[in-house]
Amino acid sequence: MSAAEEVVTEAPAVEAVPKRAMTLGYGTSLVVLAALILTPLFVKNFVIFQMTMLLIYGLAVLALNILTGGSGQFSLGQSAFYAIGAYTTAILMEHFNVNYALTLPVAGVICFGAGFLFGQPALRLSGIYLALATFALALAMPQLLKLGFLEHWTGGVQGLVVTKPDAPFGLPLSQDMWLYYFTLAVSIGIYIASVNLLRSRSGRALMSIRDNEIAASAMGVNVALYKTLAFGVSAGITGIAGGLGAIAVQFVAPDGYTITLAISLFVGMVVGGVGWLPGSIVGSAFIIFVPNIAEGISKGLSGAVFGVLLFLVIYLVPHGARQVALVAQQLTAKLKRN
Amino acid sequence: MSTRRRLASAFLGFAVAATTASAALAQKQYDTGATDTEIKIGNIVPYSGPASAYGSVGKAMAAVFKKVNDEGGINGRKINFISYDDGYSPPKTVEQARKLVESDEVLLLVGTLGTAPNTAIQKYLNSKKVPQLFVATGATKWNEPKTFPWTMGWLPSYQSESRIYAKYLSKEKPGAKVAVLYQNDDMGKDYLKGLKDGFGADASRIVAEESYEVSEPTVDSHVVKIKSANPDVLLLYTTPKFGAQAIKKLGEMNWKPVTIVSNVSASTAAVMKPAGIENSQGVISAAYAKDVSDPQWASDAGIKAFDDLLAKYLPEMNRIDSSAMTGYNLATTMVEVLRRCGDNLTRENVMKQAQSLKQFAQGGLLPGVTLTTSATDYMPIEQLQLMQFKGERWQLFGEVISGEIAGN
Repeated sequence: MSAAEEVVTEAPAVEAVPKRAMTLGYGTSLVVLAALILTPLFVKNFVIFQMTMLLIYGLAVLALNILTGGSGQFSLGQSAFYAIGAYTTAILMEHFNVNYALTLPVAGVICFGAGFLFGQPALRLSGIYLALATFALALAMPQLLKLGFLEHWTGGVQGLVVTKPDAPFGLPLSQDMWLYYFTLAVSIGIYIASVNLLRSRSGRALMSIRDNEIAASAMGVNVALYKTLAFGVSAGITGIAGGLGAIAVQFVAPDGYTITLAISLFVGMVVGGVGWLPGSIVGSAFIIFVPNIAEGISKGLSGAVFGVLLFLVIYLVPHGARQVALVAQQLTAKLKRN
Repeated sequence: MSTRRRLASAFLGFAVAATTASAALAQKQYDTGATDTEIKIGNIVPYSGPASAYGSVGKAMAAVFKKVNDEGGINGRKINFISYDDGYSPPKTVEQARKLVESDEVLLLVGTLGTAPNTAIQKYLNSKKVPQLFVATGATKWNEPKTFPWTMGWLPSYQSESRIYAKYLSKEKPGAKVAVLYQNDDMGKDYLKGLKDGFGADASRIVAEESYEVSEPTVDSHVVKIKSANPDVLLLYTTPKFGAQAIKKLGEMNWKPVTIVSNVSASTAAVMKPAGIENSQGVISAAYAKDVSDPQWASDAGIKAFDDLLAKYLPEMNRIDSSAMTGYNLATTMVEVLRRCGDNLTRENVMKQAQSLKQFAQGGLLPGVTLTTSATDYMPIEQLQLMQFKGERWQLFGEVISGEIAGN
């Protein structure tokens, strides 16, 4: 646990000005936003689909980032919450004909509840023990989804096929493009809310728990409440990401939510930079595109190539994208001074 | 030759070339993915992840297409086989399928592996009218030409196989009490349904239906429980590990009912040997493809062609890996369909040709097992031959039996 926690404690995010360290400057944010809005107009539908998945996994990584980067708790069980969110959306859409947009808040609330409840026993655990408990949750989830008495709803091993929504109000947008902008709007909303959460009183309480639990409780922070809340919020956002994922992929099945997904999200968080929210999207890009690159290099050894690439990233930039961004910032500052 | 005459003849030549070219153009029809020199086809197989053992299917298919290309291609066109890895994760399958269709622009997808991955992309491919041919899964749901006209199965379905056991039992052991041990998933349930449908009104002879979960360490207790119903016949619709456990337990209990194991668990190396050769004597199963490890095919031309292919194009492959045989057979069917398409390489014509297989035999399949399809039958292989384990190997017996199921 030391290595990962070191990253957290050494993070600039905990220094006096968390505001700047946690987010991008206004200028950079606008450039990124403009790129996200304009790019789909010039690319194929397939690329738009990939960008949608990028945002969705980005949200899931962001959720883990709030948990680990914010409150210092580990989770290898995010795939379980992602699955609950995905199945909530799929079941509501297919069995109850609920509008897709309305299923997302439901998925979020259900996952918040699940995360909050799971956070209760997890309070007694810390560090690697908590990681292991959440790992168990991720392992159990695909099998739970196959349970006989749930099969009527979940479709069992066969899964559920989800209908992709058309653009509303007769907008001249393809399904993919509409879903992308829809996802983008949801993502921006959640991103802004997350940034505000971490900047608020509650966010400072979370970070104080991360940095020193005893000191935090001495200052009057309700450690148990905030820890479970962090779990709940993280699970809720993951659930919304899962719901969006179900709509984008148009299919849910237990095989899609295995422990591999949980580990991917964890990798995404570390590569993006623990505790640096904008890094989530970089981490998400890493877990989506690098396996494809690895496959392009060698089909039989794609796993090994991915491992080597991951190792290089962790070895060269141990703090992930945040480190790269910091170096770039210092360089531009230097250039301006000259 | 004077300059003028040279010019004239050049002109003439050009004119002739132009007319032949336009005549040829009139016959040739292409959809995305096919040109005068190339046919692009896509495939998705788990090369990584928990199901990576099935990666052999994709590797064997690639070897077949490479061989065809080295021999001049199909009607002068080379096959560009693009095979991606989905790690058996449906969301990844969707991404890869979209990449194949929208970015690589393939003519069709062939031999994509797994029930869940194929279900994930079925709706998408059908809405895009891209053929999803010869999916490598034994589920029965791929035979729905009305709902999904662009999706076609290939493997004999679990239900077909199970119907064949029902036919055999109705004929050879009428009145015998039957017990079933099945895996509690889509495979086991498909098998059970096939058996009941096969028995029809006679289904009441099933005296025990016992299911187990894949997560259980052993099925011993289920076998003991089944014995209390005192059946004459025991059907094991299991995956290999549990098949071996059940057969071994029968031996330990010194109980010898007529035992049938599903084709899935009919592996000599993975089931019969671990269960104990003496316990496995007399066990019955069914097969559609030749077993490479069976000495009776040692001098068989079909198996020799398979071995030559592996030796030249895929030397690292273990020849007794049954997935390699599946990939080889799948790709052979694909090559035949593309050959029949001639110069009309539209997606519609590909489906038309795939629907028109009439008792097509292949070297890797058992003699008598053929592929037949029609506009209402999207299940190419529906016949199997029964076999019994004697000595150290399977021996085929009886006729090739059909377990045909009507499409819907």
